[in-house]
Amino acid sequence: MAASCRRPEHMTPPEVFYNEEEAKKYSQNSRMIEIQTQMSERAVELLNLPEDQPCYLLDVGCGPGLSGDYLSEEGHYWVGVDISNAMLNVALDREVDGDLVLGDMGQGMPFRPGTFDGCISISALQWLCNADKKTHSPPKRLYSFFSTLYSSLTRGGRAVFQIYPENSEQLELITAQAMRAGFTGGMVVDYPNSSKAKKFFLCLFAGVSGVLPKGLGTEPVDRNVSNQAQFTGQRSRFKNLKGKSLKKSKDWIKEKKERRRRQGRDVRADTKYTGRNRRPRF
Amino acid sequence: MKLLTHNMLTSHVKGVTKGYPLLIKATEVKVNEIEFNPQFVSRMIPKLEWSALIQAAEGLGYLQELPSTPVSNYENDEDFLRKVHRVLLEVEVIEGALQCPESGREFPISRGVPNMLLNEDES
Repeated sequence: MAASCRRPEHMTPPEVFYNEEEAKKYSQNSRMIEIQTQMSERAVELLNLPEDQPCYLLDVGCGPGLSGDYLSEEGHYWVGVDISNAMLNVALDREVDGDLVLGDMGQGMPFRPGTFDGCISISALQWLCNADKKTHSPPKRLYSFFSTLYSSLTRGGRAVFQIYPENSEQLELITAQAMRAGFTGGMVVDYPNSSKAKKFFLCLFAGVSGVLPKGLGTEPVDRNVSNQAQFTGQRSRFKNLKGKSLKKSKDWIKEKKERRRRQGRDVRADTKYTGRNRRPRF
Repeated sequence: MKLLTHNMLTSHVKGVTKGYPLLIKATEVKVNEIEFNPQFVSRMIPKLEWSALIQAAEGLGYLQELPSTPVSNYENDEDFLRKVHRVLLEVEVIEGALQCPESGREFPISRGVPNMLLNEDES
């Protein structure tokens, strides 16, 4: 596949891509900070940690420590691992609370068994799917990462990875290696109907298997949709529209609002005024 | 690097079976005041490798009169928990190196960040 400009992992290895300039963006660009914080919030929610208890967590690919800031806010203690020295320097300059370690996830996590109560990782795992050096083998590196992570988690601990998968093969590669290492769990997709707000979270359980949480914005989909045509005695005036409502009609507006709601956007609630015409005098 | 992290770190060089505890060769040590959280400290005590902690604290000269085994009912002993908190979370190694006890491989520490990257032939 040709290298695309939109995927940084296709251009250079992570330790080269995240140089001083790229790392500075993460501490200054407010949009990047906001997105990172939102994703860490969701990841921590998916971790399902016991309430009112300070936990010891691992942040893989912590970068400048934006996700760690959220963990500290929640009262947890954390250790961050990243491969980019420039990113860790930014984290040091930001004076994050967690301890930092320079390490490559593909070489395995150098921690004692049963150390961490949970693990989060924001947009880091997809970097492991590329072979940046002659000796790199993505499945092998993924396996050594997952197997060492599995042992460093406590029994019943969870690991949540936010990832941007390129295609289904890549997802398969990641999940297959995770299952091989002993994890159970699977993917949680938030807002599956939106191309922009859609987020993939790989939720893995070590030891005790739990119930996979539901993705956000997936609820309205499982309305009682039957796979058979419904019989109606009503005659349709617009046969050529094939199930679509007339543009600007009340039904069309309601459908559009429903669609946007599924994409996770802000939509005004339906009222009796929705889709009504204004008085001619207005 | 806090001593809590040191207590959890192992060497993952290829061929090393235990690789623990890593030997601290510190050239600069700092004490950073951190808010005391008795709940967290007492949660971490059963997870710790106590002898490694004592060894590390002694090597840095911050033993704080810690006993060679943890006190039996440590949850209610605030004085003991404060001492452990001091050693675990406040004492930080800023510059120096960690040495693997088996292979002798050194992992340098700079600005408080241990470099655990391995060479091609070691992973």
